[in-house]
Amino acid sequence: MSKRVVVTGLGVVSPNGVGIPDFLNAIQNGVSGIRFMPMYEELKFSCQVAGMPLFDWEGLKNYISEVSFYGLKARGIGYGLQAALDAWTDAGNAIESDETDWDTGCIFGNSIADTEAMKNVISRVDNKEVKKLGSRVVEQAMNSGVTSYISGRLGLGNKVITNSAACATGTQAILMGYEYIKHGYAKRMLVGSTEHVDTYVFGAFDSMRVLSRKFNDQPERASRPMSVTAGGFIPGSGSAALVLEDLDYAIARGAKIYAEVLGGSTNSGGQRGGGSMTAPAPAGVIRCIEESIRLAGIKPEQIDLISGHLTATLADKFEIQNWSTALKRAGDDFPFVNSMKSMIGHSLSAAGSIESVAAILQMEHGFVHPNINLEDPNPEITNIIGNNCLPTTIIKTDVNIVAKANFGFGDVNSCLIFSKINN
Amino acid sequence: MTRQEILDELKKVLAPYTADKEALAKVDENTDLIKDLKINSANLVDIIIDAESKYNIEIDYDSADRMTNVGSCIDVISEKMGQGQV
Repeated sequence: MSKRVVVTGLGVVSPNGVGIPDFLNAIQNGVSGIRFMPMYEELKFSCQVAGMPLFDWEGLKNYISEVSFYGLKARGIGYGLQAALDAWTDAGNAIESDETDWDTGCIFGNSIADTEAMKNVISRVDNKEVKKLGSRVVEQAMNSGVTSYISGRLGLGNKVITNSAACATGTQAILMGYEYIKHGYAKRMLVGSTEHVDTYVFGAFDSMRVLSRKFNDQPERASRPMSVTAGGFIPGSGSAALVLEDLDYAIARGAKIYAEVLGGSTNSGGQRGGGSMTAPAPAGVIRCIEESIRLAGIKPEQIDLISGHLTATLADKFEIQNWSTALKRAGDDFPFVNSMKSMIGHSLSAAGSIESVAAILQMEHGFVHPNINLEDPNPEITNIIGNNCLPTTIIKTDVNIVAKANFGFGDVNSCLIFSKINN
Repeated sequence: MTRQEILDELKKVLAPYTADKEALAKVDENTDLIKDLKINSANLVDIIIDAESKYNIEIDYDSADRMTNVGSCIDVISEKMGQGQV
């Protein structure tokens, strides 16, 4: 018999707020986490702003042993560790344990492990100094570094998996954790994703000419999803984590329940029918959303809020069209739509988990966060859905069901349906 | 450098790699790096790299294999510093 799966813990490291209280305050008030990066000007990047968390690196000493902290350099691992351990304690669990917890696993994703760690390897090897690399490089350069640090710290003994599906990674990690619990393979899964967009990764996107470059002198206005003046996305860094739990298990231990995961789907458009390495095929996106709704056992009319992928590129209008087709809804008969990226940019693999945490907080606290920088909505979007569906200031309202989707390079899609807990 | 001076310096090299500060405070020549200081065996290579840079010496693989307790670390370091046995 399949199990119901609930969310019992949240943690976040976001460009506009580190820790749940700061992040909640930021998304309620439309606080931007996009900052000017002087180094990017020096490097002659076209886009010179980024979403960077104000992260207290030394503070990690409160999360891991001094021995483990000494020699830790990979920022993505640091963000992921903090978000995951915050979620774990938020769920009412202790960090210290002598025993392996066989009932709990971890699925955490990232796109690129740590190019700073690899830069160190490359320069040492090229300088014939390989002997000076030491023991801590491999664990930080490997993609499973972040899951290894998290599961090792907490003694997690169920499935420990690192997933990677470009910008669909975060939602996919949550979906995978949900499925394992639903089918009875695990009682709890600590899920999420992390990303540190360093200069090398940033530069590679800059060269693709897909980044916003006209607002370098006004960083907070630079990320403009769904607007006429949307001129590309702003890379961001960060992490978020959720504790997913078998409902019965959560009730038995008296855990606080934030929300229920009703279902979800991940698929690919196969890079056919308009899909490519960099663009999602509409048929794949529509199918992914439709399947999520069907598996969640809800009707499209029940969706109150769409937390979109909506990065501030030409793809925004196609995404809205796909949502409209999949939901068979349009005009003013449409859920609220918002894009977290207007405040924090696009944190690649971390986007799905940060946006899922935002979705759950909106249900928990009864509001729809604003789309900032949407002074000039794209008419090609408002031709499909009503202006009222695109809030530019906070809307206080009951939010019972949220659809959250992300679409990644490789034509990979992931969609989740979150609900308030009923009965 | 006397053996005691090397030992005092070596304690600083070992410090980041052991969580057991009490054991570190009490080290003597017989202290075993893994058994007594609970140092992760993977970190022995980092200790060797740090020692090389601290004393400006090179420690070859065979010598490194001998560095299992504090006394043998001091032997290798003083040898490599060209002081022979002190």
